[in-house]
Amino acid sequence: MPELDWQFTLVLIANGVMIGLMYTLIALGFVLVYKATDAINFAQGEFVMFAAFIAAAAAYFGDLPFWICGLFALAGMTALGFGLERVVLRPLIGRPVVAVIMATIGVAVLLRGFATLAFGAGTRAIVMPIGDEPLFLGPIMLQPVQLVGAGVSLVFLAIFTWFFLCSRVGIAMRAVADSQQVAMAMGIDVRRYFALAWAMAGIVSALAGIVWGAMLGVDNQLALVGLKVFPVVILGGLDSVIGAVVGGLIVGVVESLAAGYLDPYVGGGTKDFAPYVLMILVLMIRPYGIFGRALIERI
Amino acid sequence: MFHRESGVFKTSYVADMAVYPLPIAKWTVAALAALFAVIVPLAMNEYYLSLLNLILIAVVGALGLNILVGYTGQISIGHGALMSVGAYTAANLVTRLDAPFWLALPAGGAMAATIGAVIGIPSLRIKGLYLAIATLAGQLIIEWTINHVSWISGGVQASIEVPRPTLFGAQLRTQAQFYVFLLFFAAVAIVATINLARSRIGRAFVAVRDQDIAAEIIGIDIFRYKLLAFAISSFYAGVTGVLYTYYLGIANYEQFQINVSIDYLAMIIIGGLGSVLGSIFGAIFVTLLPIVTRWMLEGLGGLILSPADLANIIPNLRLVIFGALIIIFLALEPEGLSRLWRNIVAYFRVWPFSY
Repeated sequence: MPELDWQFTLVLIANGVMIGLMYTLIALGFVLVYKATDAINFAQGEFVMFAAFIAAAAAYFGDLPFWICGLFALAGMTALGFGLERVVLRPLIGRPVVAVIMATIGVAVLLRGFATLAFGAGTRAIVMPIGDEPLFLGPIMLQPVQLVGAGVSLVFLAIFTWFFLCSRVGIAMRAVADSQQVAMAMGIDVRRYFALAWAMAGIVSALAGIVWGAMLGVDNQLALVGLKVFPVVILGGLDSVIGAVVGGLIVGVVESLAAGYLDPYVGGGTKDFAPYVLMILVLMIRPYGIFGRALIERI
Repeated sequence: MFHRESGVFKTSYVADMAVYPLPIAKWTVAALAALFAVIVPLAMNEYYLSLLNLILIAVVGALGLNILVGYTGQISIGHGALMSVGAYTAANLVTRLDAPFWLALPAGGAMAATIGAVIGIPSLRIKGLYLAIATLAGQLIIEWTINHVSWISGGVQASIEVPRPTLFGAQLRTQAQFYVFLLFFAAVAIVATINLARSRIGRAFVAVRDQDIAAEIIGIDIFRYKLLAFAISSFYAGVTGVLYTYYLGIANYEQFQINVSIDYLAMIIIGGLGSVLGSIFGAIFVTLLPIVTRWMLEGLGGLILSPADLANIIPNLRLVIFGALIIIFLALEPEGLSRLWRNIVAYFRVWPFSY
């Protein structure tokens, strides 16, 4: 029956959009760091996981209300962002890209081990003070957690767009990203903006961690959502805030459709596979993504 | 390596690039070979030999990754998956066609080399971080494919049992027999890498790493050499996968997941990028790290912590130490353990008359 199929597709697309916006939230942290410091953060998934762990642990040990736990996560991740920039990234300024990549992989491994050591291996929960009654829009069922995630994502998108286009700090950050030397010559303290970028990435990750932790539960498997960041940012363009949104939406919809239509034939797991195939295609055809700057050196 | 030379004045480039820097070095190498090939398997017990076997397998893989990352300056986060390509190729050959190991081993390597070269194709258009992401995608796609295509993975558990290799009509059974078997391949890999590094190809790799535009201008076909680096490196990875499969007696994709790729990256960073000795040091270090952590924790912490706690702490503590070491070496000693070793050797060269 074609009608039923159409409904099924619509449901899949709606779910994809929701998940996609939540991916965007994670990707924003990644884009921020790349835009300002030219460093690629392979620990983004672990950032999200760590934030979720802080919030969940605060709720578990301190029995604190949700908002306080959220503040704990925000504060913790801001500090972590500052600290990492200071201790790990700063000594690597001027070294090859590969060194920075490997350093962030090191950070990822470290955080994964440390989180489990400090908070235990069991799965913890973050309970948001919202119902878990799903919302029905015709045939489409929406989880409140996803709605909150999508909402947070859109709000942050607006804030970041304004920030980079209009605010003094944002413009300075773009200047630093464009050319560190020229920025220095104009009297911009490059180091300060590097630290700021990492701290902001920490803040975004904290929010992403709370939302994703509330949806999936908090354990070290949560870091795996970080793997989805790469298709998102490659698709959208590594240095584009809008690209993170569009990339997130595309990846969310594609994986949802792929899971809905292909899973029965291949026996599951298409969700984790389809975005990467898409990404490889993009890398071959248009490596700088849809909205990225075409600044790729070709050899 | 260990010599305190004096009165050696090299007068030609050929002499400078010779494998044996001094006449006596031949004897040192021979003595080392005798030590490892004859004395070690006789003198050590099964447990220590099993550790050595794991190290020997890791040496092959680390050398391969170092050719790509250390010498050519490309990056791959997909080497774990390439090992699984080798492992499953060999496992299928052995179980379906009854292939002997001297056929299955190069076949696994060749298959991994082919697929590795395909993964490396994006490296012609993209560099650095894009390449890292592309190889990461390769890792995940290969993992998924092996897991979901039962023709390759042989059923639900995605694992294939492989009989032990037979040598001269007898099956390898003990750790000591495996040790000799693996030592042979590790030695071949070491010699091959040393010679590769000082050949025309190796110099081209280094040129690509140091300045790719300059390399292209002096006439190095970057297209070819990058792919070649990927292929050679993947061949090593495939062989590592086959050796590991033979050693365990089973091919299982869970042995080759992304954390394995990161383990091997850690080996070459900690050991030293672009150094054969560094690859060996790194392989030893990374293989022994969890075991030493376990010893120390069981010795020290066994009094306070319960066995269940230890089972949780050890793997995670290993991750923490790993991550910290990667960062520390990258920030403070980018040339790794091999550089520390050279510093020690340089100190003792003129000791005790260092002024």
